[in-house]
Amino acid sequence: MRTLLLISGFLVASMAPALAASEADFKSAYAAAEAAEKEAGQLRNQWTTTEAALAAAKKSAAGGDFEQAVASSKEAEALAKASIFQATSEKERWKDMEIR
Amino acid sequence: MRTRPAIRFAPLALALAALVLAALVLAAPTARAADTPDPVADAKAFQKFYTQKFPKVKFEDFVNGPYSMNEDMHRQWEEKEQFPPYEFALEAGKEMFSKPFKNGKTYADCFPNGGIGIRQNYPYFDEKEGKVVTLELALNRCREANGEAPVSYVKDEMASLTAYMAFTSRGKPMDIKIPNDPRALQAYENGKRYFYTRRGQLNFSCATCHVQSPGERIRAEILAPALGILNAMPIYRSEWSGMGTTSRRFTTCNSQIRGVPLNPQDDEYRDLEYYLSYVSNGLPISGPGARP
Repeated sequence: MRTLLLISGFLVASMAPALAASEADFKSAYAAAEAAEKEAGQLRNQWTTTEAALAAAKKSAAGGDFEQAVASSKEAEALAKASIFQATSEKERWKDMEIR
Repeated sequence: MRTRPAIRFAPLALALAALVLAALVLAAPTARAADTPDPVADAKAFQKFYTQKFPKVKFEDFVNGPYSMNEDMHRQWEEKEQFPPYEFALEAGKEMFSKPFKNGKTYADCFPNGGIGIRQNYPYFDEKEGKVVTLELALNRCREANGEAPVSYVKDEMASLTAYMAFTSRGKPMDIKIPNDPRALQAYENGKRYFYTRRGQLNFSCATCHVQSPGERIRAEILAPALGILNAMPIYRSEWSGMGTTSRRFTTCNSQIRGVPLNPQDDEYRDLEYYLSYVSNGLPISGPGARP
């Protein structure tokens, strides 16, 4: 029983650093979000919520909260991708709404 | 024996093929016609849509936006016009308009007819530049050509100047022209596309509010019809506690639907103004206006 507890304790201790997000994780997540937002910008269709999520990610990273910074970056990336999808699908779909 | 059924059905198959072919031939020009820009037909359909949707609203009243949508609102507008909130801007605009620049020239030197009674001709398509020129853009270009710094496109001086110029044009029917230039037609078409394209996280287009829902409430506000919406510009908005230009209206519309606004006077906004003004041709200039 004591051995089992010791092993469990060792496993938890060794996994903790692996679960916590690092600065490198943030940088990678933020770069992906920024690239998607740049693409949305080229389509002239950025969302204010994407910009807000990117700003929140930077703020969290500056405060050393990389967990939150990665989460915000991922949210920004998802929003940017949704705005790209919107711009792409509206290329022809706008005509459905036209008064004829 | 085996060929008999085939022979029996051959005339039927031929008839079917002929029908399909005829349908394709008939459908092809219609599909093409629908995709070929036709501003005259667009404007006709646009105006018909609103006059049919609101049969009690007089055609020239559409320029009063939400105040044209029901009798109560119309009464509010009449009362507001007794002491219009845009009056200060109008006076400031008149003063600015006549005050000479450092080089001695004035705005009047930059515009046809000295800038008086010409609002209904803006925006226009400049064939030299190959782009749409709005009144706001022309005013800032006038300043720069005379050695003055440009002013903000969204409020204050720009709103005052356009208020004065609109006031001198009140009652004149909007008269936007599309010259025989493919670039002008493309600018018009781009403006139309922008108007109907959904954007922002809320997935709204300009048409979502101003075509599908005029007269309806969005929170506490009554939405204005798109027909004649620019004839009242610039406007005093109680929500802004001040005056705002067409540029301000476009950029705030974009932010309200959680879209990042473009820069004032970017090509998209210039083209949008061109399209919206063209389809409101014939409606009187009523600016400056006041809105809730």
